[in-house]
Order: sequence, then C-alpha cells, then structure tokens
Amino acid sequence: MENSIITLENINFSYDSYLVLKNINFELKFGEKIGLIGPNGSGKTTLLYIIMGFLKPNSGKVFIFGKERKREKDFLEVRQKLGLLFQDSDSQLFCPTVKEDIAFGPLNLGKDRNEVKEIVKSIARLFNIEHLLERPIYKLSAGEKKIVALATVFAMNPICYLLDEPSSGLDEETKENLINFLKTQVKTYLIVSHDQEFLKETVDKIYLLKNGQISFYQDF
Amino acid sequence: MHLEVFAEGDSFLHKLDPRIKILVFLSFGILCAISKGIFIPSLYFMLSLLFIFIAKLNFKTLLNRLIGANFFILFIWIFIPLSYKSNPYIEFGSFKISYEGIKYALSITLKCNAIILATIALLSTSTIFSIAHAMLHFRLPQKLVTIFFLFYRYISVMHEEYIKIKRAVLARGFKRKTNLHTYKTYAYMVSALLIKSFERSEEIYKAMLARGFKGFFPLFEHFKLRKIDLAFGIGASFIIIFIYIWGR
Repeated sequence: MENSIITLENINFSYDSYLVLKNINFELKFGEKIGLIGPNGSGKTTLLYIIMGFLKPNSGKVFIFGKERKREKDFLEVRQKLGLLFQDSDSQLFCPTVKEDIAFGPLNLGKDRNEVKEIVKSIARLFNIEHLLERPIYKLSAGEKKIVALATVFAMNPICYLLDEPSSGLDEETKENLINFLKTQVKTYLIVSHDQEFLKETVDKIYLLKNGQISFYQDF
Repeated sequence: MHLEVFAEGDSFLHKLDPRIKILVFLSFGILCAISKGIFIPSLYFMLSLLFIFIAKLNFKTLLNRLIGANFFILFIWIFIPLSYKSNPYIEFGSFKISYEGIKYALSITLKCNAIILATIALLSTSTIFSIAHAMLHFRLPQKLVTIFFLFYRYISVMHEEYIKIKRAVLARGFKRKTNLHTYKTYAYMVSALLIKSFERSEEIYKAMLARGFKGFFPLFEHFKLRKIDLAFGIGASFIIIFIYIWGR
C-alpha cells in the first residue's frame, strides 16, 4: 500500500434503498493511468464522490495516501491533493470571472498572490484561454466552460487527477491538446468516460463498473 | 433536497385520496386553531398523534421537525407568562409569573403541535404533485396552483445548485479561516447561487415551453375515490367537529 494513492476496501453504497456499489475493491497506484467505463447510472460518479468524501459509503473503508479517511476533516488533505473534474462544468465553476475561478484552488493551497498570478497566466497559456480570463463565467459557452473547468483543476497541480468525462463537448483540436497534455505532463489519473477512442489514447488499462461490481475490462 | 421525506410509505394515510386529506386537514386546522382552553386542544393533540400513528412515520425525522418548530414556541413561554396581566401569580423577586399566562402558553403549544402533527400526517404523506392535483379538483385557480407547484419545484432547484457549489468549493481544498479569501469565497458562493438558480429556472422553463407548456399542468392520472376514503373522511370530520362542539 506504500505507493498507493487510492485504496477502496469493500465499499457498499446505496441511494435510499437502491444499491449502487456492492463490495467494491479498487486501487490506484502512483504512476497509474486508469480508465473507468460503465453504463449510465452504474455509479461511476458516485465512486469519485466517495473518494473525495462528498458521499459516505454505507460500509467499507477509504484509504487515500495510505491513511484511512472517515470524517470531513480527513478529506481536506485529500481534496487539496486530488484534482476532481466534475462531469457538469457548471458544477465546477462558481466565481464571477474565469481568472478568479482559476486562482481559487491555488489560493486554497496557501500560495501567495504573486505566485497565483503566475499560475493563472501559465495555465491560461497552456489551455489557450488567455482571451477568456476576464470574462464572466456564466457568459461562456458549454465547451469553453469545460476547458476552464479543466484549467481550474490543473491549476492546483494535484498529485492525482480524477476526471469525470473530460473529453465531452470539446472540439477535435482541444481534445488533441488535452490528450497530449495528459500523456506528457501528468503521471497519475483516473478518467471516467464513454469516449473509448479518448481512453485508448490516454490510459493503460480500463476497468468496467457494471451492476455494482468493478471488473477488469482490457489493457493495451 | 429531499423535501418529501414523509411522502414515501405504504400506510393507510399514504394511500388515502389527497382530496379527502385536504378536507379533513382544513376542518382540523381551523377548528383546532379556534378552540379554547387546554382540554379541547389536548384532545386535538391526541387525535393528531393517532393520525401520526396510522401513518407509521419515521419517529426520528418527525422529532427533528417538531424540535425545529417548537423552538419558536419557546419564545411564547418566555414572554407570555411574564407579560400576561392577571391574578393569581407567582412572584420570583421582581418577576411576576401569571397562572393564566402559563395556561395560555400551554394552550398555544398544544394547538401548534397538534396542527403541525396533523399537517405532517395528512399533507406530507402525499407528494406535492398530488396535493397540487387535488387543489385543482377543488377548483382552485389554476394559476395559483401552478405558482404553488413551481415554487416548490424551484426550492429544490436552488438547493441542488447550493450542493453543487459547495462541492465545487470543497473539491478544490477550501478551508474556512478568518481572512478575506474566505469572505470573498462566501460572497461568490451566494452570487453564484443566485445566478445559477436563475439560469437553471430559465432552462427548466424553456424545457417546459419546448414541450408545449401553456401555463398550467395538464392532469395525467386521476384519483379514484374509494369507499374507505369516504368512510375515513366522514369519520374523521365527525370526530373533529364533535370535539369542537364538546368544548363549547
């Protein structure tokens, strides 16, 4: 468990009486690039929310960075070191302008203002959104929101990325950029996606979540 | 947000025709509110307990609701016994606590709790949609019912947005402290909540228009009045009116 980032042990989770996850065991080690697929409503997002501590499993244990995480307090460190991209970018963004939204994460990490300004600049250059920086969030198009949401996660430079449908709604060029970026700059991530082409490009192995069970799907 | 916690269930009251429930509730509410003294309100209180018993509701959630509501009644207990001007009274130093005031506060407490329990047992055991539906059957103005229904619908929209924003903030490692960053974040959360809920509501409205919404909801399924519904309606109303007449 030494280089393990996420370990889930016998996780059960249900929404009211509807059992979504049954005895899930899952591990993500440092340096692994994993894809997760599964039919609609199979609990992929639920799994990510359990890892981030937004949902508490009915039973089972969550270990992040080798420590068991139970209470809200335990998850602060988790949230600062794992980068979650929400499926719906509207859920991700809440600041008045793009600039402030990108700065929010780094500020939470305790970086000083000049450092944060630098981060915002370099991230904007990386994602090619320099022209959007001063724009209000709610006036962006859906695709632009997705890119900005990605940028806010990458700005925190997390140890591990949890990306929920990162490729949906992106044009071909942006998607290519994202694939290149993930391949070259990022070591560890878990991608939830229906886009098999995208997964083939970015991950080493794919798990399938179906009927509450996780199984090995294929590797390349 | 789960506002309809009590609507899930399988008891007799859950299956009862909402129209009957509204009628029984109205007579209960009005007569209980205008009854006087302590004896009659306590009878109503027991009757509401009986309704709760029939509805087989989760005791813990119920207690939580009652505690919330009774918090306000606490103020009545502080102010009325001290300010009610009548004899006889007990003296505590410079405080005069009136017996009549205590009786009055007790009467209010009983009535309030009786009506709250009856609301939970009778109205909360139906979904908001069927209550709105039943209101239409009573020939209430369609616009009023639609506003009521949408009002309810958008409370949950706002709450959903709030949950999303809270998660967005937490997901990026936010920790509240006494500094400008924290206050700014809170301000952003509130403004985002307003803008996002507004946008969401616009979207919902567009979605309704796209499916031919003309300003009111057409009824899809109709209620069936069973004999047992009628029997409950007549029986319950009889008891409620009888208690009131007894008290006069």
